Amino acid sequence: MIAEAGLAALWLAAGLAAFQFFLMILALRSDVEVTRAMRSIAVVQGTLTLVAFGMLLLVFARSDMSVELVFANSNSAKPFIYKVAGTWGNHEGSMLMWVTILAVAGAFVALFSRRTGERTLIAGLGSQALLALGFYAFLLIASNPFARLSPAPPDGQGLNPLLQDPGLAFHPPTLYLGYVGLSVAFSLAVGALLTGEVDARLARAMRPWVLGAWILLTLGITAGSYWAYYELGWGGYWFWDPVENASLMPWLAATALLHSINVLAARGALKAWTMMLAVIAFSMSMVGTFLVRSGILTSVHAFAIDPERGTFLLALLAIYVGAAFILFAVRGATLKEGAPFELVSRESGLVVNNLILSVILGIVFLGTLYPLFVEAVSGEKLSVGAPYFNAVAGPLALVLAVLVGIGPLLSWRRERRPVLKQLRIPALIAATALAITIILAPGIGILPRLGLVVAAFLAAAGILPLVGRNPLRAPLATWGMVVAHFGIAVALAGMAANAAFTSERLAIAKTGETLSVGPWLVQLQDVTPTAGKNWTAIEAQLRASRGSGAVTLKPQTRYFSDPPTETNEAAIRTFWNGQLYTVVGKSDSSGGWQLRLWWKPFVTLIWLGGALIALGGALAMLGRLLRMRRRQGASVDWRRKSYA
Amino acid sequence: MAEEKLRMSRSLRFAPLALLLLIVLALIWRLATPTSTNVPSKLEGKALPNFTLAEAVPSKPTVSAADLATGEPRIVNIFASWCVPCVSEVKVLQELKGRGVAIDGIAVRDKPQDIVEFLARNGDPYERIGSDPQSQVQISLGSSGVPESFIVDGKGVIRYQHIGPIEQSDVPMILAKLEQAR
Amino acid sequence: MRRLLILLALVAAQPLLADSNLPPAYWANRQLPDPKEEAKAQALMEELRCLVCQGQSIADSDAELAGDMRDLVRRRIAAGEKPGDIRAWLVQRYGTWISYKPTAELAAWPLWLAPIALLIIGAWLIRRRIKLKAGS
Repeated sequence: MIAEAGLAALWLAAGLAAFQFFLMILALRSDVEVTRAMRSIAVVQGTLTLVAFGMLLLVFARSDMSVELVFANSNSAKPFIYKVAGTWGNHEGSMLMWVTILAVAGAFVALFSRRTGERTLIAGLGSQALLALGFYAFLLIASNPFARLSPAPPDGQGLNPLLQDPGLAFHPPTLYLGYVGLSVAFSLAVGALLTGEVDARLARAMRPWVLGAWILLTLGITAGSYWAYYELGWGGYWFWDPVENASLMPWLAATALLHSINVLAARGALKAWTMMLAVIAFSMSMVGTFLVRSGILTSVHAFAIDPERGTFLLALLAIYVGAAFILFAVRGATLKEGAPFELVSRESGLVVNNLILSVILGIVFLGTLYPLFVEAVSGEKLSVGAPYFNAVAGPLALVLAVLVGIGPLLSWRRERRPVLKQLRIPALIAATALAITIILAPGIGILPRLGLVVAAFLAAAGILPLVGRNPLRAPLATWGMVVAHFGIAVALAGMAANAAFTSERLAIAKTGETLSVGPWLVQLQDVTPTAGKNWTAIEAQLRASRGSGAVTLKPQTRYFSDPPTETNEAAIRTFWNGQLYTVVGKSDSSGGWQLRLWWKPFVTLIWLGGALIALGGALAMLGRLLRMRRRQGASVDWRRKSYA
Repeated sequence: MAEEKLRMSRSLRFAPLALLLLIVLALIWRLATPTSTNVPSKLEGKALPNFTLAEAVPSKPTVSAADLATGEPRIVNIFASWCVPCVSEVKVLQELKGRGVAIDGIAVRDKPQDIVEFLARNGDPYERIGSDPQSQVQISLGSSGVPESFIVDGKGVIRYQHIGPIEQSDVPMILAKLEQAR
Repeated sequence: MRRLLILLALVAAQPLLADSNLPPAYWANRQLPDPKEEAKAQALMEELRCLVCQGQSIADSDAELAGDMRDLVRRRIAAGEKPGDIRAWLVQRYGTWISYKPTAELAAWPLWLAPIALLIIGAWLIRRRIKLKAGS
């Protein structure tokens, strides 16, 4: 019953989406007043999809094996949280979550959007409905999450043990909220291109949605990186894997979009860029969804290897992005840009910022798809991986980081103060950092060294906007910018420190033996068998000390039976200046145990930086929302327009 | 001050669309011709790399590169006792042996007792078997898994690599390739 | 007794992918004694693609064949061979697929030219956005 109710809700939502799109056509072609109806329908559509997702959650929580999806991906022996999280640990369930967020985002726009022009709002909601329609069709036709299995088997096939982790509860939902949240920017951009209302007002309306999606995407990527770091057992946090790139590309586009929107909102300029970026950001989200689910790229992340589904998604992608690009091509001529910007001004800084972000985006895109192009043209198989991306995107990112320190110091329109004077102290700090690294760490690579120097520069320059004014009176938006930019410096410092200072020790050790890694002495005290709810394991007991005091770490190798798999559970201890990362492997013929030990100084700065970036965004968003609230209190022009 | 109206040129406005078309075409191609996860050896048509191996089982001589350039084409089968598809492949290999094909084996990451048991249980089509405990010869041949088979001609040149087990339906093709290798 | 329990725990867990019964090769999970050599070996291993897992380098892979390849790399580096030569030897056998670092061949040039080309194209696109001459 529950599954059928979910399926019915999904069909109804699809029907409403179609109707919503029809209303948009009606409104744009004639003078029919549809706003009220449109808003209500969008809200009902969102609610119905939420109900459908709720039903799926319910069948997973109850381990209802008569639903094929539950059978294929769950097991009654699973801990409850993973039963629930397992709802989105598979293709159909995560696709339903995708569509739910799409529909609910549309509902939220319908409920809360007050600043958008009426016609643009209708066009935007209609466009959002059209997006949802395609994905409803995909779900209902090619990926039905509610399919039944008859007769119901006694128990399920279980969930991949690698996914039985708190990371699964957090990473995909956050990431999807970010990915799919960008659809609002897409829809509003398409709506504005249709109605011709591309202006500062649109930018101000789009901004909170882009900010919100961007914050969640930042958090999702940061969480995913940390999850991979502690789960995969080798201490890596980013692999330039195609699916990882698929999450980075929307983020890069969204970051550029965020800054472009600021120019559009403040100066009414960069209209074409902003619209294009809004379209590209969500297009990248759709490309990512396609890549993960079509099986065309090899990846540790790949979900469902199904060319049939891949074809469906490719068709949707081609239609949606193609239509948006056609709209842009046709309407682009009517976008009147303003006068060129002064060379030393914030606008110019932001243009260069966007340029570099777009180039990095282009490189990641090219590198990810290049093997495919080469094979299509010449049949040759080549691989593009970390060595390429690090070598190319790394330096560009460093240049961008330097500019991030300078840009916020520039005024709008024209910077008349001598900016370089302000940067004297950050430059001095950077030079000092360079000297220190050369003296204390002469052997590290050039890229990590530059990373540390640039991080020092950005950390100092990033807080300059708050210096010389009362910090408590500075707008929250400024605080947000400062915190986010500072977060970039922190993350950069962490990445550079990890690349430069990590100590690694791989050895076979017998019990009682001591190994050294960095400043640590690690003794293998014992290896014992142990067991959990659905696994057995070998657990090593390690005693680590540097100078005074000692800590105990217990890494494990776990064996699961449903499906049979083996995983490494690293034991990690965090200290103020780094992490001790330990893994135990198999025993060899001599009776020794394989140990992998890393001392990673300041590696946690990477994810701390990511969190700071998201926090900065949240502060900026809070600032803008509060400002909007305050304006709503005062009586203003636009209130004379009645919307609902 | 008159505002400059900067309009985008037509080619610029349609450029994203053109790019999209290219990308979609490439993706359609990829969906139509799915990528194979096999990584084939690049040594087809090249001389067999020199190698010698320790003997794998006491009752059989070992394999070395020189042994494979005997004037007649031979099959080198890379297998292991712990390899599941190898079990059914042995029967097909025996049929080939029955038809006069000379087959040598390289046992990868295996122990003598296990190989002896494997052969006793499933059959023994091999003239010689070499032991490759750390996949070194396997790597030097450009092989990436078990089972794989190489057809080596009389002069020691690799003529064909078969990835995966040789199935019953492959027998005619293998015989044809052996003929070509003469 | 303890070892027996451990062995029982190992036996009770059945690995999915057929694994050989032999332990990893000597240098699969040991570092070379000379840190410079180990650094060279590590750098090379991070550029070689695992044939089994296919989405990871052999430095990050738990597959047996990856371990054997790590052993190969370390032994050869210790014997004085240059990383570039080892990579070339492997590319001779498996093709360019096995190298994550695109080599200097013709098919890889667009990758290395792309950043410059993109920067130039981008700069050209924004050429009219920014006033480079005063008072224009």
